[in-house]
Amino acid sequence: MSSTLSAPTSAQEPGGAPSGFEADRSADSLGATVRAYLDRVRGGDLGALPAILGIVVLGLLFFALRPETFLTPRNMANLADQAAPIIILAMGLVFILLLGEIDLSAGVVSGVCAAVMAKLLADAGAPWYVSVLAAIVTGVVIGLFTGSLVGMIGIPSFVVTLALFLGWQGFTLRLIGEGGTVPVRDPVISAISDRNVPVTLGWVLALLTIAVYAALQLNRFRVQKARGLAHAPLAVVLVRIGVIAAVVVLVTAVLSVDRAPAVGVVLAGIPYAIPLVVLLLLFLTFVLGRTSFGRHVYAVGGNAEAARRAGINVTRIRVSVFVIGSTLAAISGIVAAARLGSVAPGSGGGNTLLYAVGAAVIGGTSLFGGRGRVRDAVLGGLVVAIIANGLGLLGTEAYLNFIITGGVLLLAASVDALARRRAAATGH
Amino acid sequence: MSAPTDRPEDGTPTLELRGVNKSFGAIQVLHDVHMKVYPGQVTALVGDNGAGKSTLIKSIAGIHAIDSGEFLFEGRPVTVSGPREAAALGIEIVYQDLALADNLDVVQNMFLGRERKNGILLDESSMEEAARDTLSKLSVRTLKSVRQLVSSLSGGQRQTVAIAKAVLWESKLVVLDEPTAALGVAQTRQVLDLVRRLADTGHAVVFISHNMVDVFEVSDRIAALYLGRMAADVPISQVDRPQVIELITAGRSGNLGIAPAEAAAVEV
Repeated sequence: MSSTLSAPTSAQEPGGAPSGFEADRSADSLGATVRAYLDRVRGGDLGALPAILGIVVLGLLFFALRPETFLTPRNMANLADQAAPIIILAMGLVFILLLGEIDLSAGVVSGVCAAVMAKLLADAGAPWYVSVLAAIVTGVVIGLFTGSLVGMIGIPSFVVTLALFLGWQGFTLRLIGEGGTVPVRDPVISAISDRNVPVTLGWVLALLTIAVYAALQLNRFRVQKARGLAHAPLAVVLVRIGVIAAVVVLVTAVLSVDRAPAVGVVLAGIPYAIPLVVLLLLFLTFVLGRTSFGRHVYAVGGNAEAARRAGINVTRIRVSVFVIGSTLAAISGIVAAARLGSVAPGSGGGNTLLYAVGAAVIGGTSLFGGRGRVRDAVLGGLVVAIIANGLGLLGTEAYLNFIITGGVLLLAASVDALARRRAAATGH
Repeated sequence: MSAPTDRPEDGTPTLELRGVNKSFGAIQVLHDVHMKVYPGQVTALVGDNGAGKSTLIKSIAGIHAIDSGEFLFEGRPVTVSGPREAAALGIEIVYQDLALADNLDVVQNMFLGRERKNGILLDESSMEEAARDTLSKLSVRTLKSVRQLVSSLSGGQRQTVAIAKAVLWESKLVVLDEPTAALGVAQTRQVLDLVRRLADTGHAVVFISHNMVDVFEVSDRIAALYLGRMAADVPISQVDRPQVIELITAGRSGNLGIAPAEAAAVEV
């Protein structure tokens, strides 16, 4: 926060501004909004731009390289399944990264929770809801433990979660047993990845989503305009609605095409993983953007001392983001187990965490805290999943896979660091 | 203190300290401090580095508990044992290292920790309106938008937001810790105007500064600390600049200040 104390020049202060707040009233023109956006980008606030560019460029690249397989409905459904666990894990990491903390154990925590669920299903014969609940409770408890070590005792999160990264792997190994795997064959849990929303219901949900989104956006615009508050121009609101509608319709259309490999069988509809991700996205976005808890998370990430002086219980916020992170890790572990049909001692290890951190950072969440949104996890998760999926289709060797994914994460972190420097230099 | 220190028209002080002592371990930082802060007046708190200004305002803010002495707020004796209690009384402190979060906008910062809610939803509309109202009342005209991120504001604008944040809460006493340090000429001007308006809108203001020009420009009273003792707490009309500097550096000036014997004892 050192940059905040230096007094910038008075250049930004408009000399002859008579009444103040002129930007709040004159924000009605589309041109002004576009200019303001370009200013922000130049100032280092790239927002979702890198992730969207990444999705488009990588999509075109893999389409050019594998035109017959990459953009097919079947691969798109596969991509969604592949992206879901990464996205959900990354959503939890967004909360932790917002405080400028890190959870290196998030991946293996997803493994522990999945192992708990699988053992209950396979050995104890527990019904799916008991097993899922147990996995989620495990996540909550682990999060409380990690959060207490970081928030109450004050050990740097890097060290705590590095230790837990090792520790929890041992735990999973003990649960599953050396060299073994526990199958996950419960039909409800498997449905997350291998069943689809019926096509008609899919369309109904899609149109409902668009209608609700449009209604909320337009209503907010109406209220803000009526009460003379700062607001985006109507054109921008309409463009926003249009983009969301187009994406939802396109995804639904592609996934409603029959993608069965054999003739005579019908395989169509949105995989259940997608509505799950969308629900989490809506709920967590609401928590971060519309509740005082979310506001306090941003405040602690931006300036913990200011938050403390404002009467915010900083320790409580610290502990709760780790609880949220581990809970989402548990859900991610369940989704991953559903996809693979089993849990192994290595579940959640390897590059799971790297992918999720990469997803959050590529999506625009800062590693330095204070900046990030839940949607970053979705956009960044798609980029990461497209890379993994595309490289799989190309049949690249494992070593290249590691190098390329590591390189992309490094690139995203560099963009983040440069954006931050640029922001400090331009006073944004 | 032999000179008359009160004017009859001043009324009840918003804050009165009587014989306040504060020690940290073996080191006594505040010795028998008396101080009066009146509504509608700016009281400058001056003193050299280490004179105890920070300790004094932290005691007022409830961050440090005083060891002994009386703390009167609007004439009633109170004990302030935490920042929340101080805030509940109507005491707001604007710290030197502005307690603002860079990544939040002006409205979000002004309501930080005390957000208005509709059920569990944040009531953004009402917060934005109230923030704008407060800024307008203080005649703040330099902000382009109340939805601007604080990171994009200049030093003077940040100071303005920090002060407006303090005023938003029906505060009665606003303590400003060196609000003009590190500001340019034009920005210092804006902040001093704002300090004056705070007093003119009925607030009791404590203004800490090392700059005598600023002090004499906006203050009604001056309180000079010298090595933890209150050397003088008088209307500004009773002192001139060389006297204040003497009070700050030597603890006494003419018939003002701590007694010579006491001053000598402090020197040793």
